[in-house]
Amino acid sequence: MNIIINGQKLEFKKEMSIKMFLDTKNISPESVVVELNQSIIPSENYHTTWLTSNDKLEILRFVGGG
Amino acid sequence: MPDDIFEIGGKQLNSRLFIGTGKYASDSMIPDVCKSTGAGVITVALRRVDFQAITDNVMQHIPSHMQLMPNTSGARTSDEAIRIARLARATGCGNWIKIEVITDNKYLLPDGYQTAKATEILTKEGFAVFPYINPDLYVARDLVNAGASAIMPLGAPIGTNRGIRTEEMIHILIDEIDLPIIVDAGIGKPSQACQAMEAGADACLVNTAIATSENPVLMGKAFAEAVQAGRNAFLAKARGTSPQAMASSPLTGFIRENEGQS
Repeated sequence: MNIIINGQKLEFKKEMSIKMFLDTKNISPESVVVELNQSIIPSENYHTTWLTSNDKLEILRFVGGG
Repeated sequence: MPDDIFEIGGKQLNSRLFIGTGKYASDSMIPDVCKSTGAGVITVALRRVDFQAITDNVMQHIPSHMQLMPNTSGARTSDEAIRIARLARATGCGNWIKIEVITDNKYLLPDGYQTAKATEILTKEGFAVFPYINPDLYVARDLVNAGASAIMPLGAPIGTNRGIRTEEMIHILIDEIDLPIIVDAGIGKPSQACQAMEAGADACLVNTAIATSENPVLMGKAFAEAVQAGRNAFLAKARGTSPQAMASSPLTGFIRENEGQS
């Protein structure tokens, strides 16, 4: 399945939850905020939210700014 | 010093200097700058995680007592600003949001109409909204009506260090708008922050001038002192100017008078 994550199309062979994707990138769930198809996903739902083909996932975090 | 409590966005603050987290040579300086400035409010931006270069997390360097003020930088429309604001709040950082809606890439000047639209919607959703605007009286009035927590007029374009170029217009906002006025952007030197505070601004937000100085910790301290000096001067109410000299010392009892008499 193809999923667009942070604007990039990525292909996955297996089913994947948001939590599993974050784990593959070594991203701690509490350091990010996640939007799936323009809906914010609460962090407690990362492991129960499964990605499906053509989903648009945004994974964001705070950076330095003024 | 009488009590001079600064209440804003549902918080009581001890410092009228707000600081940013952008442009530091190393984010590890941020805790020391927080300490040297005594600031209670600090801005951050929200961006996509870069999976190719996962860097240090700026949040690790922000002391937990600080009030976070996420900005909506990168937003070009009110809808984009609203989306960023909701995401920022979903991090659990609180309900403060600095609205920046900018399409002009050369001068980074804010779009007042889009900013007011975003403010109106976000205040209804319970955000404490801090809109960054050109110091325009009518935009500021729209923002008052939209329920903003403060108005953040620019002194000069972001990152230019050019000082309070919009001084006269900021004075009009201070005079006419019954919300805190926080001068944001363009302040390059402590004396300029002091100047804004002397004129009656309620606070200043300084990022570039502190972060890009050779010694951000010391520059932060200088800004904190300048902001406080300006505030004290404002509270002390300066007398007006005079075209002619007005002696400070008595004009009687001079030693030279009548010296020849016995």
